[in-house]
Amino acid sequence: MYGSLHEAIRDAEARGVPLSTVALEIESRDQGRSIESIREALGRALAVMRHAVEQGLTGDLRSNSGLVGGDAAKLRTGPDGPLAGTVFRDVLMRALAVQEVNAAMGVIVAAPTAGGAGVLPAVLLGIARQKAMRDAQLVDALATAGLIGAVVAQRASLSGAEGGCQAETGAAAGMAAGAATEMLGGTPSQVGHAVALAQQGTLGLVCDPLGGLVELPCVFRNATGAAIALAAVEMAMAGITFAIPADEVIDTMGEIGREMDVRYRETAGGGLAATPTGRRLAKERLTQIKRA
Amino acid sequence: MVSILDIIGPVMVGPSSSHTAGACRLGLIARDLVGGTPTTALIELHGSFARTGEGHGTDKAIVGGLLGFRPDDERLRDALTIVEKEGLAYRFEKTTLGSEPDIHPNSVRITVARAKRQHVMLGASLGAGRIRVSEIDGYPVEVNGAHHTIVMVAEDVKGSIARIAGILSENGVNIATLRLTRKHRGGDAFMVIEVDERPDATVGEALGALGWVKWTHRIDKVGG
Repeated sequence: MYGSLHEAIRDAEARGVPLSTVALEIESRDQGRSIESIREALGRALAVMRHAVEQGLTGDLRSNSGLVGGDAAKLRTGPDGPLAGTVFRDVLMRALAVQEVNAAMGVIVAAPTAGGAGVLPAVLLGIARQKAMRDAQLVDALATAGLIGAVVAQRASLSGAEGGCQAETGAAAGMAAGAATEMLGGTPSQVGHAVALAQQGTLGLVCDPLGGLVELPCVFRNATGAAIALAAVEMAMAGITFAIPADEVIDTMGEIGREMDVRYRETAGGGLAATPTGRRLAKERLTQIKRA
Repeated sequence: MVSILDIIGPVMVGPSSSHTAGACRLGLIARDLVGGTPTTALIELHGSFARTGEGHGTDKAIVGGLLGFRPDDERLRDALTIVEKEGLAYRFEKTTLGSEPDIHPNSVRITVARAKRQHVMLGASLGAGRIRVSEIDGYPVEVNGAHHTIVMVAEDVKGSIARIAGILSENGVNIATLRLTRKHRGGDAFMVIEVDERPDATVGEALGALGWVKWTHRIDKVGG
């Protein structure tokens, strides 16, 4: 797989093909399997993503601890805000839905991780609904998202325990922004700018879940991560460029992650987890899990 | 080698790719070392696994893996109930296995026994469901579960690798990587052979029948 987005963008632009084409070709060569079978596997992932969205929108899910659940349904049926009726609200709702399913030990696609699993399906399926995208386009978008995530995995990290939430919902926002930009007809360069624009907005984001559970703030960070991805797509599609190349933004994320104190890397030792309310809730809920 | 399907995946039971799916895969590998559901298991959790494992279902996931459940198996949710009927006596301990960067923050040491076999492995969950087993029975190894893998301990005799490669090729199994380590010259050699096709039981029997092979196990692909 490509170790940089720069090389992938160069190859794709030289041939006048989207990034998903070069990504699928390299994956096929690396893994010794046909492009068709890779697309089938991505199609299965897409089906699981759709199912998780539907399940999450029913509104009767609660997590093990009871800390989260039922909020996706509020966006579906609750009172209007300024974003009512927009793709934005649809995307936020889907991000919460998938992450609520995840917290309830339901089946999701880790993309790139379970903690950040809401962002990519929310952005792609939310846009697909508005723009009537075909499944084949969604599958290509997933391949591009996979390429972006693979570059992040090699240059930085995809683990909250290593790099904080910037490596989970942050990476997911970069993947989703790039994938959606390709799906909407953006060029490979525009995809690169979308990744950079999304990822710059999540630099430094800590992983501070209450009690160490992938629940709070994780569910909401998927929604805000999806919002950052949408903002990046909008800017990149308008032709806005980001001066620092995506690879260097990703490297920066890795560097910040390595410098990040262990309290902010999924250990529940700092951030929101260490607030008086965070500690109290975690204690109450963990006791409840042990009793269950 | 990072794969698109590692990033867009796995399809898994939540809530954490590292603490649930990765943990389940480590349990599956430990299960393969003893060739089935162990009768006893000591699971020593380190770092983030120890601190936040319960809330992530790490305990359910590792036990589920030992029972043979894969990361997308919804039975993982109830693994600690199901295990009571499966005759596996397990115990969790929280421990410190070392410090970074030698020991990954999500590390676990699993000691499993079944019939006359007992093995111990040290593994880590690297994020996004990817794993690495770095030690088996005190030998340094690198097993990532992305390939079918044969692990074996053999006396350090000349020509052993050629013989093993011969058995694999006769059975249509292609070697992807082969690593050999030994504690000292003439001491036992520990081999980790990643292969493209899943070797059938004939391969294990043929390898096990070699006089100088002490034990051999197939570890099935758990990811990728």
